[in-house]
Amino acid sequence: MTALACALLSSAFGVLLMSVIGHWRSASRINLGINVVTFGAALFLAVGVFEHGPILSDNKLFYVDAFNVYLILLNAFVGMTTSIFSGPYMAHERELGRVGNKRMRLYHSMFQCFLLTMLIALSTNNLGILWVAIEAATLATVLLVSLYRTHESIEAGWKYFIICGVGISQALFGTILVYFAAAKTVPGHGDGLLWTVLQANAAHMDAGVLALAFVFLLVGYGTKVGLVPLHNWLPDAHSEGPTPMSAILSGLLLNVALYALVRLKMLVDPALGNHLAGSLMMGFALLSFVVAGILLHRQYDVKRMFSYSSIEHMGLMTFAFGMGGPLATFGGLLHMIVHSLTKSAIFVTVGHASHVAGTQVIGKIRGLIRSNPPVGWGLLIGTCAIAGFPPFGVFTSEFLLFTATIKAYPWFVLPLLMGLAVAFAGLFRNVQPMVFGEPPEGQHKVDANMWPVVIHLALVLLLGISIPTFLAQWLNQATIMIVGQGVL
Amino acid sequence: MLITALSLPEQVALTLSALILLSSFLMLAQTRIDSLINTFALQGVLLFFATVIIAFISGKYDLLISAFLTLALKVIFIPGQLRRLVVRLDIRREIEVIGKPSLIMLFAGGLVLFSYYVALPIRELSLLTTRNTIAISLAVVLIGMLIIISRRKAVAQVVGFMSMENGLFFAAVVSTFGMPMVVELGIAFDVLVAVFLFGVFFFQIRTEIGSLDTDRMNRLTEVEK
Repeated sequence: MTALACALLSSAFGVLLMSVIGHWRSASRINLGINVVTFGAALFLAVGVFEHGPILSDNKLFYVDAFNVYLILLNAFVGMTTSIFSGPYMAHERELGRVGNKRMRLYHSMFQCFLLTMLIALSTNNLGILWVAIEAATLATVLLVSLYRTHESIEAGWKYFIICGVGISQALFGTILVYFAAAKTVPGHGDGLLWTVLQANAAHMDAGVLALAFVFLLVGYGTKVGLVPLHNWLPDAHSEGPTPMSAILSGLLLNVALYALVRLKMLVDPALGNHLAGSLMMGFALLSFVVAGILLHRQYDVKRMFSYSSIEHMGLMTFAFGMGGPLATFGGLLHMIVHSLTKSAIFVTVGHASHVAGTQVIGKIRGLIRSNPPVGWGLLIGTCAIAGFPPFGVFTSEFLLFTATIKAYPWFVLPLLMGLAVAFAGLFRNVQPMVFGEPPEGQHKVDANMWPVVIHLALVLLLGISIPTFLAQWLNQATIMIVGQGVL
Repeated sequence: MLITALSLPEQVALTLSALILLSSFLMLAQTRIDSLINTFALQGVLLFFATVIIAFISGKYDLLISAFLTLALKVIFIPGQLRRLVVRLDIRREIEVIGKPSLIMLFAGGLVLFSYYVALPIRELSLLTTRNTIAISLAVVLIGMLIIISRRKAVAQVVGFMSMENGLFFAAVVSTFGMPMVVELGIAFDVLVAVFLFGVFFFQIRTEIGSLDTDRMNRLTEVEK
């Protein structure tokens, strides 16, 4: 528990510190330092949970088990590597004059604020706090989306604010209904939102109310996951904000929203005794998967294109958790890790690429491998990884998921395979000319720090070749928690 | 169940909830920005009284804290802040033309029916936490959404957003006598930050886009223009 407190406190301290430091160069260094501390604390926490099982804090506000601790670790890790990238990237933006000193301060404090809210959302035991933290994450990032103060970025920020705000309100209504259902079965006012209490009483809660609640929760958190038809905010917010933010939005925020959804599904399933929650999730997931794959082809902005790829992958994960069953759930958990790592690596490279070419328009970024080999290769390898090429980890998790689908719902394999092929074509059709070919006039070298990309992709590669035993055990523990039986 | 069979405070509470729904309809039809903000404040007042009465009926006196939080936030602070912004942006007298008002009203009526339909599976718990009040709170949330959809002015959309929040608060009060205090405070904090951010946004939109008309936000598309 001390480790969790350390992680939360270091992040909270970061928010305060970042809001007073006026000197942006030192702010970006301190930002990295704080994230390293947070990651260290998260690592300790993870080891503790792995060895001694779930931890519940004394005031019952925080609860960490195998499922959320690996996401906490992932969160802290991606936050750390993204802040490595953020330093030179934002320095370049500062030189271009797109942001001033004041906005650099805003950027750094909101960056920390976002990571803090994510940590709270993941580690809380209270479904109400979970909602508050996810809403706060929206509030923290909304000013980051409009950081550049252009017409487009303000439009994107407003859209993000309104759509996510409205969407997430539905989740609050759902949470109230869960509390309402719990009030009848759980003794003691105020305990009815605690996850540990709810889970113990899940089977006795009113099925009708919980089914209704889940519909609202799915709409609410589904908006944040980026499920079609409530995905419109996502490509805009990702493409208009600063790139480090796109990396953490895609890599972390979507995961956390999905985490909330899966937690609530675990609650609703025993009460309902049927597959309603899972079927709903599968339906929206499949729709998102197919629609995002098709829309990939229509994009002209490279960050927009990869954000559609995020929607597609979130669809795939939602499908896995919706289907349930140990194999699919294990695949879904693994996919959460590999997608986060790969997608944030891609956004890092895309950020550098857009600096090299001076634009985000796909048609104007050409010949990256010639003009800037590390960035070009990074983009190419990252795209291969996200498209599901073996031997990368995305292939492994997708393979597990497909195996599970063939067993449970053979007919769904068809749209899934076709969707993957369509998305694959969309990605390569756009990325191939970007990396190969002759670079146009006016491209210049940038000071690219490719370490985050190398580390992320190496991890994804490792996960694809052989998953370390402890990680497999760990994911297995989480799978047992979610569906009741493991795969190992 | 006849309404006369209930005790007087309960009758008052039910009447207040009906009035809250009515104020949502008023907001939907209000074309002037300042009257819209006033109606929103009125809804806050009604919400405050409803919460106080429910606190006394149920004997859950910690609800009073939430009630006064509502009074401070939804009646005094947010409307005051919005009024100040509207004066500073000089759009106080602007009148917004709502396309097809009668159709929107009918649709809102439909939303109320829909809310009652959705609330059907909820078993009656006590006299107060009836399907009636839960359905009404859901209707307030949905009408808030309709306000956001049917308006083009950013300020009106914010009022719609806050009215949704009112509906959610009402739902929590009538169904479970309020959320646990820590959650309640968290939500209030989020709302407070949201209002502040909305204010920042108004100025950003105003300087960059030139008008608070969200119809002019049309640059982001799927394909290159």
